[in-house]
Amino acid sequence: MNTVLTVDAVDRSFGDRQVLKDVSFTVSTGRLTGFVGANGAGKTTTMRIILGVLAADSGTVTWRGEPLDQEIRHRFGYMPEERGLYPKMTVLEQVVYLGRLHGLGAAEARRRTMALLERLELAERADDHVQKLSLGNQQRAQIAAALVHDPELLVLDEPFSGLDPLAVDNVVSVLRERAAGGAAVLFSSHQLDVVERLCDDLVIIADGAIRAAGDRATLRDQYTLPRYAIEVGTDAGWLRDQDGVTLIDLDGRHAVFDLDPGADDQRVLHAALDRGPVHAFGPVRPSLAEIFREVIQ
Amino acid sequence: MTTFEAAKLVAARELRVKLRDKAFLIGTGIFLVIVLASIMLPSLLNGGPDKVAVVDSASVSVLQEHGLEVQVVPDAATAEQLVRDGEVDAAVLPGPEVVAKDDRPGDVVRALSTEPPVRLLETSEVDPVLKVMVPLAFAMLFFFTSFTFGMQIAQSVTEEKQTRIVEILVSSVPVRALLAGKVVALTLLAFAQVALLAVVAIVGMSVTDAAPGLLSAVLPAIGWFLPFFVVGFVMLASLWAGVGALASRQEELASTTTPVQMLVLIPFFAVLSVPHDGVAMRVLSFVPFSSPLAMPIRLFDGGVPIWEPVVALALLVITALGMLAVGARVYSASLLKTQVKTSFLAALRRS
Repeated sequence: MNTVLTVDAVDRSFGDRQVLKDVSFTVSTGRLTGFVGANGAGKTTTMRIILGVLAADSGTVTWRGEPLDQEIRHRFGYMPEERGLYPKMTVLEQVVYLGRLHGLGAAEARRRTMALLERLELAERADDHVQKLSLGNQQRAQIAAALVHDPELLVLDEPFSGLDPLAVDNVVSVLRERAAGGAAVLFSSHQLDVVERLCDDLVIIADGAIRAAGDRATLRDQYTLPRYAIEVGTDAGWLRDQDGVTLIDLDGRHAVFDLDPGADDQRVLHAALDRGPVHAFGPVRPSLAEIFREVIQ
Repeated sequence: MTTFEAAKLVAARELRVKLRDKAFLIGTGIFLVIVLASIMLPSLLNGGPDKVAVVDSASVSVLQEHGLEVQVVPDAATAEQLVRDGEVDAAVLPGPEVVAKDDRPGDVVRALSTEPPVRLLETSEVDPVLKVMVPLAFAMLFFFTSFTFGMQIAQSVTEEKQTRIVEILVSSVPVRALLAGKVVALTLLAFAQVALLAVVAIVGMSVTDAAPGLLSAVLPAIGWFLPFFVVGFVMLASLWAGVGALASRQEELASTTTPVQMLVLIPFFAVLSVPHDGVAMRVLSFVPFSSPLAMPIRLFDGGVPIWEPVVALALLVITALGMLAVGARVYSASLLKTQVKTSFLAALRRS
């Protein structure tokens, strides 16, 4: 993994309220990092600190080992949680303008904007004023504004809220392309199913503190319980009497159970086969939502 | 990208948006029409030289020398009838006696009388009416321009806050580049509008020949008016931006801009209410907030030693630098407070 952004021991308070407590995590190139947490957990504050919109009270944020400055941040793309573009400028004009503020030349900014709007299926609205667009299209324009200068780090605060499922797929594929092209992507979302589908790495925050961070598969293994699901040909009620088995859910021929530490799953499988056909047997992987619930408790 | 380049991009956007704004263009057009009309209408309404009916042909040449149109009639009764019908403005009967309807025809009387020679100790080629009107025009120009363009700076800042785009902007370029770009763009626009008005006024004056000698008397005052105008405008501009950033919605602008409005209004009325040649005016012409109004007036009246505008301008520049710092501080402290209205002092205290 190629870590580029390192958030290290960041604290931040607003008045008496400490909203970030010793926040540390990393973001790597070529990967999508999902940043999840309840409303008010500190996601937006963390992102604002990365972008330099807010200052940290203590702690550091570094890019390839260097402290962040305006020049490095110029290569970042940001989509704030609170959306907004100039209502009286066309989509094309403002994306070009924001590209130019990030150092692109006029012709280059225009070329990239058109390509990007094409990719985001927004090209035919390029000359419309933003205030005339539907919310979903405004959202795409906002994403275009964050991507136009081909940033090395993308920080997207709730990029999927307000998008219909097809638009989500479209944006997801654009973000994947960017990651494949070497960009690091950090995005927050409360839509855990989308995060689950999309992210390579995961950072979970609750009450201003990081509860879990790392590779999604590793996290999943870490939070996987010794839990199994089984589907048999006849009623599965006999599982109740097996040693080391705690039945969690029983529904006729389907059952979900936990095994005590040290108990052998193969023994349970044999016991099932002795009683008739077994159609399915395997460990239950927790969904992101379940991990999330577990982690933030 | 440097702060300078960023400020240039910001300024270019402001200019482009304003120059496409219909309200702004129509407003400028109306302003131009008013200026042009106030210059040209008086001479157009005058409707050529007065007509005079004359019975005694001996006075014809004298009247014609004074630019009157003369009509010779056979007798006094005919002449009187012409006056009654409004065919002529006045009649000169034998005597000589001057007859007119309801208005004493001053120019006819002057043409017939022998005026004693007049020697003025202090010469001035400028009409006394213009002596009052021209300084007033200067003061009004500064007042309206700094008020309307200042308000537009505040609105443009609030718009960026209200639409939340400010967060993207702040994450892309330094806050001082945003502020500088706005102030420069609106100063340029204000200056361009004033210059356009000046050109129209000068062309209007020379075409109608409405005020001979005015141009040469006004030009030196304009020469001083310009630096006072620009520095005075910039001084207020960053304050306008600062109070614009205090508001989170356009509706709050009326209250957050009040302190700056007062800084424009109070000096304006102070300058208008004191006599031109008094001590109060002299003081006002040095006080930074009123000097852009008062000093050009005194300069137009004449008799001001050269060190006075120089010192007043220096004071203005120093104050402008201070106000830029205050405005920039208020601006950056409150720019990201998008939820609530911020108070001026709270923003100033916050570093």
